[in-house]
Amino acid sequence: MTEQVWEEAAVSAFERIRTHAWRVRRFALRMGEVQGQGYVGQALGWADVLAVAYCHAMNIRPHEPEWEGRDRFLLSHGHYAIALYAALFEAGVLPPEELETYGCDDSRLPMSGMSAYTPGMEISGGSLGQGLAIAVGQALGLRMKRNPAFVYNSMSDGELDEGAVWEAAMSASHHGLGNLINLVDLNRQQADGASYEILNFEPLVDKWQAFGWHVQRIDGNDLQAVIDAFDMARAVTEAKPRVILFDTLMGKGVSFLEQREKNHFIRVEADEWQKALADLDETHAAGSPA
Amino acid sequence: MSEATVTTAPASPSASRPAGKPRLTTSAMIASIAAEGQATRPAPFGHALVEQARLNPKIVGMTADLAKYTDLHIFSREFPERFLQMGMAEQLLMAAAGGMAKEGFVPFATTYAVFATRRAYDFIHQVIAEENLNVKICAALPGLTTGYGPSHQATEDLAMMRAIPNMTVIDPCDALDTEQCVAAIAQTHGPVYMRLSRGRVPVVLDEYGYTFKLGRAQLLRDGRDVLVIASGLMTMRALEVASRLARDAIDVGVLHVPTIKPLDVQTIVEQCRRSGRLVVIAENHSCIGGLGEAIAMALLQARVQPEVRHVALPDQFLDAGALPTLHDRYGISTDVMAASIQRWLG
Repeated sequence: MTEQVWEEAAVSAFERIRTHAWRVRRFALRMGEVQGQGYVGQALGWADVLAVAYCHAMNIRPHEPEWEGRDRFLLSHGHYAIALYAALFEAGVLPPEELETYGCDDSRLPMSGMSAYTPGMEISGGSLGQGLAIAVGQALGLRMKRNPAFVYNSMSDGELDEGAVWEAAMSASHHGLGNLINLVDLNRQQADGASYEILNFEPLVDKWQAFGWHVQRIDGNDLQAVIDAFDMARAVTEAKPRVILFDTLMGKGVSFLEQREKNHFIRVEADEWQKALADLDETHAAGSPA
Repeated sequence: MSEATVTTAPASPSASRPAGKPRLTTSAMIASIAAEGQATRPAPFGHALVEQARLNPKIVGMTADLAKYTDLHIFSREFPERFLQMGMAEQLLMAAAGGMAKEGFVPFATTYAVFATRRAYDFIHQVIAEENLNVKICAALPGLTTGYGPSHQATEDLAMMRAIPNMTVIDPCDALDTEQCVAAIAQTHGPVYMRLSRGRVPVVLDEYGYTFKLGRAQLLRDGRDVLVIASGLMTMRALEVASRLARDAIDVGVLHVPTIKPLDVQTIVEQCRRSGRLVVIAENHSCIGGLGEAIAMALLQARVQPEVRHVALPDQFLDAGALPTLHDRYGISTDVMAASIQRWLG
């Protein structure tokens, strides 16, 4: 293969993932419009990570969500369900026509993620800070079964306040869980305000390193960096659990949402949803990672 | 930490102790619940689990730094590769047990009842029970079985576990009950909270032709005057009370209810329907939220209204001290229960 073709193949793979990320954001916005509200800011900020996870890194069979060989993706922050549903539509696990049912009675897509409701939803998260400890158990179980799958735990920075996260962090390295990859969304916002003001968790790289983890900290909205970080996390050969700390921007891709100060739980006026979609499409067409 | 009940000198120098006054007793954290001369079996839970683990390779043992004090060390010696030490981290223990169950294993998770229920409640509720996972929580030092004070006395464990949907709650009586219970829950899918007696555990029920059946209450002896409905340790005491009161021509029946949830309402209501008997509900648990209240609701719904008394721990933070002292103080010893029943009969 010539160098030229290599470059083109790389560009097109990148473009493919960039399109996935854009579509994940579109799905999230459209679900937000169904309810008129939701954790849309988080979905927009986390979309690059989800697109890379579901459309690049993870080993899954979209039409067989309980396939034994699948990589497990645990949504510890069940609040982010809107973001994961968007990724599950995009990955082909969920049919996009169900989008209209988001958050409605008897829907398979409740506002907070529940495993009994939704194909591809591995746990019922939402009581924050539990996912990583469940992931430890699943990683131990997979190793005992000699199943080479990875367990990904998706969590937010606010969850770092919970003590059980650090119990799990110690345990994962004690047990040498090289099949565990923790993904932390550092969006710096939680219910009562700025994360750093509520309970300062820095210096995070030092903390995870001290707990015996392989650590990467990157811009979670730099798509190439996200791709590289996932590739690295899977390729490390040390028997250590891996964590990727993603600095993200809430509302990423929709300019007026990026600038909104209080965007932990976004309420968007009815006429703004179309504006948000149009803004997102423009950003995408302009070639920005979003 | 000593396992034996120890006798210590009183705080004041023994020289000043009035002649004939007995030495005070105190209790180690894990005092034996076996009465003197009672037949016992060592570590029934540990041995029964080993037996089940031989039949089912998916069974794993997990603990939060209390393998030796929950008899799980018997299992860990036999199956070191299936034993997971999670450290003194009960929330992690419960969530990781949930994770193991999601991967198809059958985790038996052990710690003390106080830490399992109080400390890890949300993890049991959300991770294990909400997803109906196949985790067996085996909790030692249930109710008032240590003199270490409220930090170690699990007087509300049944109330908390009963309140969780999907949860099966079991309070076995003796070594035989414990062994058979382990087999039964290992072979039944779903989350279980099981109270655990460890160390040398009395054997009592073999004399009554008893077999543990999940969800079933069993009449151990019939009686005309009184029916004691009991679980766990209190069933043992009820049988002793019945033998004693028989000498005074008081005929006491004993209904053993090892499964607190789901409750065997049918058997309990049938037995309570027999008129003219005083019904005494006896449990090693707070008077709030345990067997007594569960039975009271069942009787109300069935419109059966016998005269009922409750032998249970008061709604208080209990004292520290020697177990025999405390069991007398709070009315759950054999002596006090027998006296209470005589008084209630007038």
